[in-house]
Amino acid sequence: MSGDFSRSLWRDNPFLIYLVGLCPALAVSTRLVNALLLGAAMLFALLGTGIVGGALERFLPPRWHLPVRLLVASALVTACDRFLSVFAPALHAGLGIYLPLLAVNCLLLGSAGRGGRPFGETALEALGMGAAFTVGLTLLALLRELLGAGTITLFPMGSFRGVLRIPGLAGQPARLLAAAPGALLALGYLSALGRWARPGRKGS
Amino acid sequence: MTAPGSPAPAPHLHAGTTTRGLMLSVAACLLPAGTWGVLVLGPRALAVLAVAVGAGLLTELLIAGLAWKSFTLADGSALLTGLLAGFTLPVSVPLFIPAVAAAFAVAVVKMTFGGLGRNWMNPALGGRLFVTFSWPALLAAGALPGPASGGGWVRVPPWQPDGSLLGGSGTLGAVSTLLLVLGSVYLLARRIVAWEIPLTFAAGYALTVWALAGLPAGGGLFRGDVPAALASGGFALAAFYMATDPVTSPQGRAGRLAFGAGCGLLSFLLRAYGGRPEGPFLAVALMNMFVPLLNRLGSPMAGKG
Repeated sequence: MSGDFSRSLWRDNPFLIYLVGLCPALAVSTRLVNALLLGAAMLFALLGTGIVGGALERFLPPRWHLPVRLLVASALVTACDRFLSVFAPALHAGLGIYLPLLAVNCLLLGSAGRGGRPFGETALEALGMGAAFTVGLTLLALLRELLGAGTITLFPMGSFRGVLRIPGLAGQPARLLAAAPGALLALGYLSALGRWARPGRKGS
Repeated sequence: MTAPGSPAPAPHLHAGTTTRGLMLSVAACLLPAGTWGVLVLGPRALAVLAVAVGAGLLTELLIAGLAWKSFTLADGSALLTGLLAGFTLPVSVPLFIPAVAAAFAVAVVKMTFGGLGRNWMNPALGGRLFVTFSWPALLAAGALPGPASGGGWVRVPPWQPDGSLLGGSGTLGAVSTLLLVLGSVYLLARRIVAWEIPLTFAAGYALTVWALAGLPAGGGLFRGDVPAALASGGFALAAFYMATDPVTSPQGRAGRLAFGAGCGLLSFLLRAYGGRPEGPFLAVALMNMFVPLLNRLGSPMAGKG
């Protein structure tokens, strides 16, 4: 069972290998902190949707599976969105519309119809997918922010204001990487790297 | 591409052209304009050119050597890419800009897609656009040294308002449109580049400029300044040296004519309404994306696939 976890984390990483759930990811991956936050929200939503949706699916006919998933996912994502807007308004503002948009993310809806399995298996799969999404998104955001802005933005902690400026890069960063084409460019290279390093790749 | 030792079908004729020959011919045709540009603009231009060429060659050497365990420097393609990238950059930029432009051109635009012949965008163009959008302030910097401000070994009294035929300023490529075109005459005569593309590129650009360029300034129809538009070095580089890249331009005559016309029209739109001096470069890059489609144009198989 732990094999499932590592499998979705690396070999079948939905983000880096299958390029699923990209729309919010490409938009927010300009800052590292945004990526971590969106990844955490995704992990939470995946886990909740997997468990609640999976439990409900036992009692419902198949044609109800997708709408119920959608309802559960949007309820959880909205709760997450409201929670952040109250307790971390600055971070919430950084994510904008892309946090509520997670409700219709294909990663969440893709698990529809996979209910009725043991609780542990569902939870582990959701955790693996969420972690995989977070890892991929974090790598992408790190690459884009480092080269595109010359900074690394983390949470403000104490006297640390949350932004590391990389000397030499922060003055004249390659802004294209922080812009939309840069997201696709960086993702392309990360995906290629992921596929190249993928266990079980043909010829390795 | 045939495997070594496999019999090729007759007739066994060879035009004697090689990749290396073509690349070096194009590079040689850039030499007059480049030499004159260095003389006019001064040592800084030479530095930009040298850094661009050096970075292009080094990137090619490293990537081909490390990833493919092969040596591809001798095909001259990286040399030409570096030269072209250096030609298009303002000489006032910090020297890391030409290095990044040439390295991006070779590594990302060409090698990522499988090397020479497999890239879909002209490498030098891709490198130039990457630095344009990454460091817009540095590239748009108005402090462009020209013949008026000195810096070069030769002073040219400009007899055109913008002096672009022999004494332009800013980028190496903009110093002398005249010498750029003269160089390309050899390429056209030897049929190293396809004449259809520069022809319709220039025609499309001139027509749209003539008909419409007066409009943004409020001058009305058919008032555009065609000579100034055609004399720009950016246009000449794009039309004669970048759009005609055999790898990233269409194969058939109809496709080439349409490709050039599209480049011309887009150049005008991007220059007049996009406010970008890089208009022709962007236009060629956009049209590069249509090449697979344009390759079907006029072919007997068109519409039957």
